[in-house]
Amino acid sequence: MTELKLPSIDYAALSPILIMLGVALLGVLVEAFVPRRHRHLTQLSLALVAVLGALVMVVFNADERLVTIGGAIAVDGPTLFLQGAILVLAAMALLLIGERSVERGGAFVAQAAVTAESDDDRRQAEGSNGATEVYPLTTFAVGGMLIFVAANDLLTMFIALEVFSLPLYLLCALARRRRLLSQEAAMKYFLLGAYASAFFLFGVALVYGFTAGMPDRAAGVDFATVHAAVKDSPASPVLLFAGMALLAIGLLFKAAAAPFHVWTPDVYQGAPTPVTAFMAACTKVAAFGALLRVFHVAFADAAWDFTPILGVVAVLTMLVGAVLAVTQTDIKRLLAYSSIANAGYLLVGVLAPTGAGVAGTMFYLAAYGFSVLAAFAVVTLVRDADGEATHLSRWAGLGRRSPFYAGVFTFILLAFAGIPLTSGFMGKFAVFGPALESGQAWLVVAGVLTSMVLAFPYLRVVVMMWLSEPGDSTPTVTVPGGLTATALMIGVAATLVLGVLPAPLLDLATDAATFVR
Amino acid sequence: MDHILTYAQAEPTGAVTYAAASGLLSSVWLLVAIPLVSAAILLLLGRRADRWGHWLGVAAIGVAFVLGVASFLQLRGLENKSVELSLWDFIAVGNLRVDFGLLFDPLAAVFVLLITGVGFLIHLYAVEYMAHDEGRRRFFAYFNLFVAAMLLLVLGNNYVMLYFGWEGVGLASYLLISFWYGRPSAATAGKKAFLMNRVGDAGLAIGIFIMFATLGTTQYDEVFTGVGGLAGGTVLVLGLLLLLGACGKSGQFPLQAWLPDAMEGPTPVSALIHAATMVTAGVYLIARSNPIFSANATLQLVVVSVGAVTLLMGCLIGAAKDDIKRVLAWSTVSQIGYMFLGVGLGGGAYALAIVHLLAHGFFKANMFLGAGSVMHGMNDQVDIRRFGGLSKYMKVTWITFMMGWLAIIGMFPFSGFFSKEPIIVAAFEREGWTAWLFGGAALLGAGLTAFYMTRLFVLTFHGPKRWTEDIEHPHESPKLMTIPLILLAIGSVGAGFLLATSVPDWLTATAGLGGQTEGHEAVLSHVVITVLSLLVTVLGAGLAWMLFRAGTATEPQPAGVLVTAARRNLYTDAFNEAVFEKPGIFLTRALVFLDNRGVDGLVNGLAAAVGGGSGRLRRLQTGFVRSYATSILTGALLVVAAFLAVQAGWLA
Repeated sequence: MTELKLPSIDYAALSPILIMLGVALLGVLVEAFVPRRHRHLTQLSLALVAVLGALVMVVFNADERLVTIGGAIAVDGPTLFLQGAILVLAAMALLLIGERSVERGGAFVAQAAVTAESDDDRRQAEGSNGATEVYPLTTFAVGGMLIFVAANDLLTMFIALEVFSLPLYLLCALARRRRLLSQEAAMKYFLLGAYASAFFLFGVALVYGFTAGMPDRAAGVDFATVHAAVKDSPASPVLLFAGMALLAIGLLFKAAAAPFHVWTPDVYQGAPTPVTAFMAACTKVAAFGALLRVFHVAFADAAWDFTPILGVVAVLTMLVGAVLAVTQTDIKRLLAYSSIANAGYLLVGVLAPTGAGVAGTMFYLAAYGFSVLAAFAVVTLVRDADGEATHLSRWAGLGRRSPFYAGVFTFILLAFAGIPLTSGFMGKFAVFGPALESGQAWLVVAGVLTSMVLAFPYLRVVVMMWLSEPGDSTPTVTVPGGLTATALMIGVAATLVLGVLPAPLLDLATDAATFVR
Repeated sequence: MDHILTYAQAEPTGAVTYAAASGLLSSVWLLVAIPLVSAAILLLLGRRADRWGHWLGVAAIGVAFVLGVASFLQLRGLENKSVELSLWDFIAVGNLRVDFGLLFDPLAAVFVLLITGVGFLIHLYAVEYMAHDEGRRRFFAYFNLFVAAMLLLVLGNNYVMLYFGWEGVGLASYLLISFWYGRPSAATAGKKAFLMNRVGDAGLAIGIFIMFATLGTTQYDEVFTGVGGLAGGTVLVLGLLLLLGACGKSGQFPLQAWLPDAMEGPTPVSALIHAATMVTAGVYLIARSNPIFSANATLQLVVVSVGAVTLLMGCLIGAAKDDIKRVLAWSTVSQIGYMFLGVGLGGGAYALAIVHLLAHGFFKANMFLGAGSVMHGMNDQVDIRRFGGLSKYMKVTWITFMMGWLAIIGMFPFSGFFSKEPIIVAAFEREGWTAWLFGGAALLGAGLTAFYMTRLFVLTFHGPKRWTEDIEHPHESPKLMTIPLILLAIGSVGAGFLLATSVPDWLTATAGLGGQTEGHEAVLSHVVITVLSLLVTVLGAGLAWMLFRAGTATEPQPAGVLVTAARRNLYTDAFNEAVFEKPGIFLTRALVFLDNRGVDGLVNGLAAAVGGGSGRLRRLQTGFVRSYATSILTGALLVVAAFLAVQAGWLA
């Protein structure tokens, strides 16, 4: 009988993850034991406290640089920066999820099991309180994301992928109105997500095969082993490259890069808007955090080989996102394509093989997350008796009806378009600069050209809001409750501040841009 | 202000160093800030400030004047009379570092005194003059804005700050010329002034770009220290561009046409901006940049020629005009021509030009305000053929205007004599035949000035009454208008002598100004020139007195070639129209055509292509999971194939 050796565990470094997962379990217990009328408040407070507690622990750990729990988790600069970003953005998303005064009962269905379009369904849509299971689900997802950006081996990464994906599939299905669309979105997301996970898993297997056979090292899928194997594994490089390609596909699916973006518009449109906001901000951060780690830590020495291919993917992503955004007629789909194009810009940052590239990507992720949350917060407010009015024609003349919210939305769109004095400009600058320095001018040229194309749909919305006469069908903007207002204001303020005074966050990102292996 | 810079470079020769500001001088920035804040208050408060706004405007300039005098007195006691105050780094991009800094030196100091002193009197006058105008508060706001910009112009310590002020006064001038924007003529005059100034401003801007490109700096001290090392051609181009800017702002040939039209603004505007201060900005620019202009003889020749041509042109046209303000405007053009002649001569003549500038500021403001007083009493009549005999009705205006008239024609012992005569002498001190050319022009100009100014004076105040029917008893203007007139008249009498004896010495502390001329002997002796200039003055004045003593016809009379030409501004407007306006219109039309067909066609085509591509790509987004999965699978196959291709070396 061999002796079982337990790996040492640094609980303090893991505490953000442990807090999120622990509170998620607690949330499940709350669902079981707390009376229905108290659940909403309890769950929301619990989730927010968990996020803030985890954030405090991230800040507390700010100087940690270590690999723990047997090499499964790396706590280093990028991990902490991205965990911080995820937690801040998740807090804002929770505020949107918890809003119940814009629509009576909140944005979520009361009983997911009620048949869509039935009489019962219409009754629940009129005013019963939304399901409170969304909070544990969100907390689980955030916990998974925290592991995802910290994962130091491919298996942990895969498990984290599933931990945060499964709750998201469920969350997508929980819209209060247009439930068929919502359920369809969840179904598509689940099927395609499972499909992409399979690619990822197969990639893990191939990479594992590739690491076998090194003289003084056991096979494994932790990044240190993979990194060593890239240098001097005797195995066939076909294994490496096929594995790398399949891993990339799994991650690019989550990041919504072309041609693996196809799910994005449908899911963004169908999901409840607060969940869309959560996905657009936090999932993006998690997916790119993993991409950064995989390609900068495990496969860093194969950069010559993967950069051209991922570069083509980046250009394709920007093109698809920008060109398709032009003809969209639904604001949520428009934002979905904008999010695809932004994935392309982020890939440019990932492909810059320097610390500046890592820092720029992380800055972009944070800046974009704030803006996109604010954008979706405005979308939740523009509504009529049947719920959100997302068709663009309904937004005509909004500037006359509610100049303030139209002004805020205009500002966010200008940020997306990368106009100076907004975080959008600084973000693009932060990813394009390192790419240019490392000689990838073609990516930057493609980025700038597609930005110009992308400015058109944004400005079309601006023109529509301000220069069209309001019609009979122009909805009013609901006065937001305190939660949405807070999230919106944080997003707008961050968009402005990061555009005017980007230095503190940029410095923070630059200091945090070194991985441990 | 927490950070004060000095540039004590150890340059061998020609190095220019400025001292740091201390004590009261560290608050010279208030000179600019006070009028600016006042202007902002007046504009922002709107109608709420209507009742007291004008007094705030007057007070702001009064305070600035007191501060200016105090700073001036402190500067007198200093060893290094060039005091620099760096407020903050204004622009810091790459190698370009522009300081938001001020320079208070003797040259700037005399300008500050002129701007705030004369400005204060004109503000005071305007309180009464604009009393019945609904826009009085707005008027004072623009007036304050002008003073702030003008002070920034003369106080900046680099060319970018100068340019700031330069554009600021241009803006204020535009706003004030078209102050009565309801009148088409005023609106047009405003546009004309603005457009012609743009031409000059573009020259100045390109000049500043060249400075940065060749010297890497726009700070005065560094530019002047470095200009010696530049190639002759560069200095020539740089100087010509600066000169173009100066010509635009100062109404010099070939950009003189806007200045007389600018008289469409209220009379205090004409007095302050278009006679006493702003139009002298060109002279300031050349005097300030004297190390550049002194570095190239050709450049100096060009400046002198511009001055001589303009001064004769102004005299000729001025003699043929019948609008009291336009005659004065053309006389301004002509007098600034004298100043350009002075600064072009270089050496000690710089100081002479500045002296003439200051003396001119007094007597021209005096006469413009006098003209305003006449118009005030005559129902806004401006045609001198419809005046006459006003000396009995407007005693104060008459006497004060007489002082201005005697000053401008250069009669001993009025101020014009002490300021203009040395410029004529200096012109005769040039080498060879150019001495005769420019000296002769200056002398001829003096005679012509005497003629047309006497014509103006006699037709307005003497001879038979030729008033329009609606006027019975012209009245003298109220106290608030006559007191500034009296003070300015005193200046017209005495300022010349005082200035001519003190300013040249005072200015020697400014880099390159007021030093001794390298001393060519004048082609005529000093006494002969003095006697000659007095003689032509008396002749011109006497001729005009004889011709116009008995009044004149009230309608235009047929006239010879020269007078007809002069009435039409020597055909310069026609020339501008034929050479610039017509081709400009044609070019614009051609460009619009090209833009509509070519550029727009390209852009629209591209947009259509993107839109079409988008529409087609959209069809791939079917909404079926199976087609999505297929697309993912296709993508996956392609990516894996690409990776393997790279591995096999097919793509490398």
